[in-house]
Amino acid sequence: MTQTPVLRVENINVTLGGKAILKDVSLSVNKGELKVLIGPSGAGKSTFLQSINCLIPPVSGNIWLEGERVDIENRKKLHGYREHVGMIFQDFNLFDHLRAADNVSIALRKVRGMSRKEAHARALQELDRVGLGDKVNLYPAELSGGQKQRVAIARALAMDPTVLLLDEPTSALDPELVGEVLAVIRDMAQSGLTMVMATHQMDFARALADEIVFMQQGQIIEQGSPAELLADKSGTRTADFCSKLSDLCEGSC
Amino acid sequence: MQQLSVIIEALPYILQGAGVSLAIVCFAMGVGLVMGIPMAVGLVYGHPVVRNLIRLYVWFFRGVPILVLMFLFYFGVFDLLGLDLNAISAVSLVLGLTSAAYQSQIFRGAIQSLPQGQLRAARALGMSDPQGVVSIILPQALRLSIPAWSNEYSIILKDSALAYVVGAMDIFTRTHFVASRTYEHLALFINAGVLYFIITLVGVKLLLALEKKVRIPGYTH
Repeated sequence: MTQTPVLRVENINVTLGGKAILKDVSLSVNKGELKVLIGPSGAGKSTFLQSINCLIPPVSGNIWLEGERVDIENRKKLHGYREHVGMIFQDFNLFDHLRAADNVSIALRKVRGMSRKEAHARALQELDRVGLGDKVNLYPAELSGGQKQRVAIARALAMDPTVLLLDEPTSALDPELVGEVLAVIRDMAQSGLTMVMATHQMDFARALADEIVFMQQGQIIEQGSPAELLADKSGTRTADFCSKLSDLCEGSC
Repeated sequence: MQQLSVIIEALPYILQGAGVSLAIVCFAMGVGLVMGIPMAVGLVYGHPVVRNLIRLYVWFFRGVPILVLMFLFYFGVFDLLGLDLNAISAVSLVLGLTSAAYQSQIFRGAIQSLPQGQLRAARALGMSDPQGVVSIILPQALRLSIPAWSNEYSIILKDSALAYVVGAMDIFTRTHFVASRTYEHLALFINAGVLYFIITLVGVKLLLALEKKVRIPGYTH
């Protein structure tokens, strides 16, 4: 029995400044899956994630969410679609003028039309879920990087996303703060949230990814389960790339 | 002590002028604010046609001396439009239209100094661009604008003395009246200067207090 993928993108092309950044990229994500995008910088991972919710509009291609084609030309429908596709950014992008709780509740109020009280209660609940129950009244500038990213995750989760896109969520963090954010993402994966995540955390990918997607020069080069792609003598580009990552790590850690 | 008694006698009359000056400044700042914010938003996010129209407006009001604008509008444009404005309203409006041009640049600079990711994050949550601008961009940009805005306040206050040329009874016009009758120019204009200085100081202090009140802990750009 084949199930309808939660998210399907087909032949996405993105051109920036006359240069093709993504070339016919297609991906299909089933409910509860965690797909991990890896690849060298400049491969188009971030552009790909941002084209999925049209922050960077694709010049061509199709997107389906739960079997329904997204009409990205229609603004209302695009906003409605984005509501259901959460996004976590590398540099957090918390709203700097709002306390943690308001960062989480503002979209509930402005987009979902919830009352202030209702939205606030939901925000507290989400912040508690990411372990920040005691930081709800702090402003972004008063939080550590890891805490900021957890607020950003709470902000996305509050919208009950159908699928969550994570763009290198730990790359801007100090090494000792990476763990607390990965722990939250692990919890989300285990609770069955559908996710597409770009990352360089190979141990994390190996342990939790349902599928690894290797991108290079704006294309998907390889994709498969971690066991297939990362096996010692598999000879895949992915394995080669990862051995370089760990060589680097051994040199510096 | 002749000078002192002239000042004491004229002070109630001149202080009424201070009320007029202050009213002109408040009205002009208000017009500038109400027009300047949408103009700034249009300059940053607007359609190229909109952007060029706003640029044309800014270019005109920043390029022509206020004195010329006063005459142009008071004796020309307002008549042409059939607007029967008294001197105070006319001065306030001209200063307001001019201030809108300057304020639009203050707010534009503040908006453009914000990280791009702020609006991107708003969009990612399903907000429309207008929602994102109103709820996310402007609250930050307006806070950042307060120092430049207090600068604008002190400039408008001083420009308001040009009300004299159309006969609006502000501090300067009244001082000049009294001086031409009593010949105590030195004392009276020192007094006028002090009044302007006090109004500037109080206004700037109030805006500084506002800046501190709405400051966000740790927020720097």
